[in-house]
Amino acid sequence: MNTVIDAHNISKVYNPETIPVYAVNNVHLHLQKGEFTALVGPSGSGKTTLLNLIGGLDKPDEGKIEINGTDITRLSSNQLINFRLHNIGFVFQSFNLVPVLTAKENVEFIMQLQGIPKKEREARLKNLFRQIRLEDKVDCRPAELSGGQQQRVAVARALASKPQFVLADEPTANLDSKSASNLLDIMAELNKEENMTFIFSTHDQRVIERARRVVTLVDGRITTDTALVDVSHSVASVSSPPLIT
Amino acid sequence: MWLLKLAWKNLWRNKARSLITMAAIFFAVILSSIVSSLQKGVFDNLIKNVVSFYSGYIQVHQRGYWNEQVLENSFAVNAGVEKDLLRQKGISGVTARLESFALASSGESTKGCLVVGVSPGSEDRVTSLRSKLIAGGYVSDADNAALLSEGLARRLKLAVRDTLVLIGQGYHGTTAAGKFPIRGILRFGSPELNDKSVFLPLQAAQEFYGAGNRITSYVLSVDAPDDVKRTTTELGRILGKEYEVLSWGEMMPDIRQHIRTDSASMTIITGILYILICFGIFGTLLMMMVERRHELGVLLAIGMKKGRISRLLLLESVLTVISGCLLGILISVPLVGYMHNNPIRLGGELADIYRRFGFEPIFPTATNAAIFMRQGVIVLVMGLLLSLYPVIKIMRMNPVAAMHT
Ligand SMILES: Nc1ncnc2c1ncn2[C@@H]1O[C@H](COP(=O)(O)OP(=O)(O)O)[C@@H](O)[C@H]1O
Ligand SMILES: [Mg+2]
Repeated sequence: MNTVIDAHNISKVYNPETIPVYAVNNVHLHLQKGEFTALVGPSGSGKTTLLNLIGGLDKPDEGKIEINGTDITRLSSNQLINFRLHNIGFVFQSFNLVPVLTAKENVEFIMQLQGIPKKEREARLKNLFRQIRLEDKVDCRPAELSGGQQQRVAVARALASKPQFVLADEPTANLDSKSASNLLDIMAELNKEENMTFIFSTHDQRVIERARRVVTLVDGRITTDTALVDVSHSVASVSSPPLIT
Repeated sequence: MWLLKLAWKNLWRNKARSLITMAAIFFAVILSSIVSSLQKGVFDNLIKNVVSFYSGYIQVHQRGYWNEQVLENSFAVNAGVEKDLLRQKGISGVTARLESFALASSGESTKGCLVVGVSPGSEDRVTSLRSKLIAGGYVSDADNAALLSEGLARRLKLAVRDTLVLIGQGYHGTTAAGKFPIRGILRFGSPELNDKSVFLPLQAAQEFYGAGNRITSYVLSVDAPDDVKRTTTELGRILGKEYEVLSWGEMMPDIRQHIRTDSASMTIITGILYILICFGIFGTLLMMMVERRHELGVLLAIGMKKGRISRLLLLESVLTVISGCLLGILISVPLVGYMHNNPIRLGGELADIYRRFGFEPIFPTATNAAIFMRQGVIVLVMGLLLSLYPVIKIMRMNPVAAMHT
């Protein structure tokens, strides 16, 4: 199988001089192509920190992170920006979009950054807005969209750049349960249709149930790593031994 | 192109802020243009009044005359020099003078006076001597008559058609004495001239002083007062060592000093204006960066290079500053034009003082395209320098920290 994310022994320490906080402590994490993985854990357990490290937004103090074979810990900060543009799709908790651009322009924006020609952009846009089911909202500004719709546009933008994987830090935290479930439907569909790899953090039980693999963090360490077999009938689940103990 | 479009859209995201910034720039350009135009207008007018009514913008003498103003430092009229002067670009008129001192008397009283031998025709063209007449008539080349300044006439109790007696020392120590009927009375703004001067036709003056065909100076008027310095240097080079060529600034250092001091205080005023404007622009940039920190953090996170974000922000600033500048220039041109045609009139005591010195009591405004351009460019450069602040902020931005806010 195809390894997309390969994180070895990564650690991130805040305030090393005063009271050190091991936000991420000696973590191993491997993600295969096509995974739909949830990162769960209580607030302060290190989910955001771990995702920032994997997404190349922050550098680990120890360890190595390979994305599709590239060790991103060795990239310069400028190379890292370029790497993110071409390899990682981001969905943040909220306020993802550029307020002065319409939904369509927001998604097109990342392809313009990538220098994709107009024709191809148009084709992708059409497809993406169909997939996020917002074809009638293409010309709306973010302020005219609901929180859930904004997050769907953010997902479309993440996908538009054709990344190696999409990383979403608590994408449903600010959504009501219906919008949250809607967003998860769309993410799951894209995962299936495009074989796009997703890793998202959450502490919402209903969202966790949608994942096919659940990685639990406590105090910066992975405590359990569980593969759920059947998504639609959420009763049956198979627990595998955690990779790290 | 899409970056420019995005910049334009960002410009209008907070209309009030953009308009306030533009207005600040707009008023900066207008105010500084008006201040500079007024300043230049007042100085030009001052120079014109002082300079063109007697000394001329440039004078040519025998070398050494200005330091020791005696007849021994005079020189013979030289057609070649005159031709050189007239041929020089930028010189609009030349007139010859023989200036010296004498005692003027009228039987009962005697006063020291300045005797100025002039060529009536060219003198009038260069310094408008005829316009100073308040009684009697003007003189012509061959006359043996005098024009007396008003103050001197009053002191000597002389009037038109009376006879003036002049006694003095002539060229090479001879005794000079002469009687001249008074043809006219002149009034000057400058008290110095008004109380002490006597004008004779050049020939009469030369005869009186026994000076043959000698003169003490050529007085020059120019087309463009702003070019006096260059013209002076140029003439000095052409005429050579024998002559000295002096600009009005060199002959009247006190007036030049006055203008310099005044300019310095104006510079301080415009400087303060600029600093206020800088703070205004900087304030809005600061606000903008705080407001957009999260958004810019997202852009950086999803892979927009710092250079590109900087370009976006620079474009936004440039658009704001340029629109403000253009608007400012567009409005200040007709405004200053109006002020030029309808100058501010001084009233009361100040007006009297101005009039007494022979000045029109107005605050004229210069209309000079260079002034607007310069103010526009200064404000533009200021705006651009200030826009480096967002760029520096971006260069130091960490996406995680930025999105945390
Ligand atoms: N910039 C920072 N400086 C210091 N401590 C931090 C910083 N960011 C996060 N932390 C600490 O690291 C730990 C993990 O935080 P985080 O990754 O945000 O957890 P989560 O996303 O699971 O809530 C917490 O104890 C938090 O206080
Ligand atoms: Mg978090």
